[in-house]
Amino acid sequence: MNAPQTPNSFRKGPDETGHFGRFGGRFVAETLMPNILALEKAYEDAKRDPGFAEEMRSYLKHYVGRPSPLYYAERFTEHLREKASAKGLPGGAKVYLKRDELNHTGAHKVNNVLGQILLARRMGKKRIIAETGAGQHGVATATLCARFGLECVVYMGAVDVERQKPNVFRMNMLGATVVPVQSGSKTLKDAMNEALRDWVTNVDTTFYCIGTVAGPHPYPAMVRDFQCVIGEEAKAQMMEAEGRLPDSLIAAIGGGSNAIGLFHPFLDDASVEIYGVEAAGHGVDTDAHAASIAGGKPGVLHGNRTYLLMNGDGQITDAHSISAGLDYPGIGPEHAWLHESGRVTYVSATDKEALDAFQLMSKLEGIIPALEPSHAIAKAGEIAMTKPRDHLMIVNLCGRGDKDIFTVAEHLGGGL
Amino acid sequence: MSARIEERFAKCRAEGRAALVTYVMAGDPDPETSLAIMRALPKAGSDIVEFGMPFTDPMADGPAIQASGLRALKAGQDTVKTLDLVRRFRAEDSETPVILMGYFNPIEQYGVDRFLADAKAAGVDGLIVVDLPPEEDSELCLPALAAGLAFIRLATPTTDDARLPAVMGNTAGFVYYVSITGITGAATPDFGKVSTAVERIKRHTDLPVVVGFGVKNGAHAAAIAKGADGVVVGSALIDALKGTLDDENRAGPGSVAAVETLVRELAAGVRSVARA
Repeated sequence: MNAPQTPNSFRKGPDETGHFGRFGGRFVAETLMPNILALEKAYEDAKRDPGFAEEMRSYLKHYVGRPSPLYYAERFTEHLREKASAKGLPGGAKVYLKRDELNHTGAHKVNNVLGQILLARRMGKKRIIAETGAGQHGVATATLCARFGLECVVYMGAVDVERQKPNVFRMNMLGATVVPVQSGSKTLKDAMNEALRDWVTNVDTTFYCIGTVAGPHPYPAMVRDFQCVIGEEAKAQMMEAEGRLPDSLIAAIGGGSNAIGLFHPFLDDASVEIYGVEAAGHGVDTDAHAASIAGGKPGVLHGNRTYLLMNGDGQITDAHSISAGLDYPGIGPEHAWLHESGRVTYVSATDKEALDAFQLMSKLEGIIPALEPSHAIAKAGEIAMTKPRDHLMIVNLCGRGDKDIFTVAEHLGGGL
Repeated sequence: MSARIEERFAKCRAEGRAALVTYVMAGDPDPETSLAIMRALPKAGSDIVEFGMPFTDPMADGPAIQASGLRALKAGQDTVKTLDLVRRFRAEDSETPVILMGYFNPIEQYGVDRFLADAKAAGVDGLIVVDLPPEEDSELCLPALAAGLAFIRLATPTTDDARLPAVMGNTAGFVYYVSITGITGAATPDFGKVSTAVERIKRHTDLPVVVGFGVKNGAHAAAIAKGADGVVVGSALIDALKGTLDDENRAGPGSVAAVETLVRELAAGVRSVARA
């Protein structure tokens, strides 16, 4: 394997065959290929149509509630500085939170779903299918389908149906059909298998709204483009607040859509350090984690080549995370490439570290984060303490924690 | 290249009939029973045998094949063992073409060059890898053809005339027409449409065209045999096997016979239809 070359720009990918370096691609059954090519063409057309961008802007503003604030987390910052000083560390970066949990439906997922649903409408598709892990993508898809009067079927692992009941209820209220998936590990990867099977079967009528920067090309690039609104806003907001670029960015990664949305507009700003946080579950040295980069290797699943958790025979192994949204044995192919090119540093946080961060953020800032960004908050706390006080850090607070209160209560041993 | 495949289709043509292509999962429910089933297939009238390489996430397969793969994996099946089964099958049968069918990740982890060399040495004639469309030909298709293994392509109702030339390029052995848009083992195809579809494919290739997905019995096989060069049956055989397994998925005394019986019925169906 050759060492990856440093490209002139980190923002040019993918190439015309959907590859980010050696990652990505279109590894799908022939039945789906014509549809994927049609989707790629429809998306290219939409990108060139100013009307599409205008429609996106309008719904993002009036329906989603964007821009989301960039908020200086003063008490969290003070807390880290005290902790740093107690340890004899010089630092304590100034920590800002990108408040994507304030979006309609409570997470960043809606940014992407809005784009895909507007695209489905352009393509004349009336039936929308989606996979969901934590349920946030399912809720966002059900929401936009309700708004535009489209049929919505959401595949969700039976285990996730059990641990994310409030979101199942929400999807039902919004008129979607939630199909519990009983195969395999009954979590997100199996929901994605089942959604792909549905798409293979109903390919003419159906639009598959993928929730993260994974799947066959053009999904990883398209979902990223729809999520880039996070980073574009954050850049402008930081310029307004501090008059300069941030020094670091940090975001949690399951498939990696919130992370790439924040990172991508900054990839060519060499001064900005970028950290992605994988879910370490019980620890990356155990067999119960979801850290594909730390504990996996490159392989092919769900239409693309990327880092995956697997055994020596290439069989996919079960991921584990306290957070259903990070419980996936892969990562988006662009992240795999950003890892190998060295532009982004990938670290991981355990279930316990995420739980601690969840409570800390709730008590210090009055913001109950989802368990997914709690992983980013945990590592942000660690990294911020090693940085000087004039270091500006942005943490992507990509979802709110209402959906997680049952899980957290159970882990804290109290119940509700 | 793939001489055994060509010879087998020539033989069926000489007999004035379509070929019967049977699929079973390698290692389901255990390696020894699986080998016994493989060996029984040609004796019961199967012309070409396909062995599934189990994968945890078979995204184009229905519940029957998915469960079959998981049973095989649970019983310890892996790529090394699958190639070993082929070797043992080939030791007793030098004529029946053997096709391995599966997904790319286990092959890639085994190592593409090593896999092709070992598969060829074991007596494999062709490969069907579901998640490698022509757009990814450099991954396995071109190396397989160079190694003398047929890379067999799936064509589907969604593969339109504009796309067929690309799908029919870089292929050998035969073309596998998937008669429905759907997963394996799903709805029975509209047999009336099959021969029209096969004619459409044949405008783009000289290779034999076999038809599968949704074939469950001898009557279905006969209906498809009218319009195609071959009939593929998979999920129905796996269902027949599954019906004989106990609660722990262990083989019973009737396991091999159940598959054999259905293959005889299918073979009779294929042979009941004369082809020009």
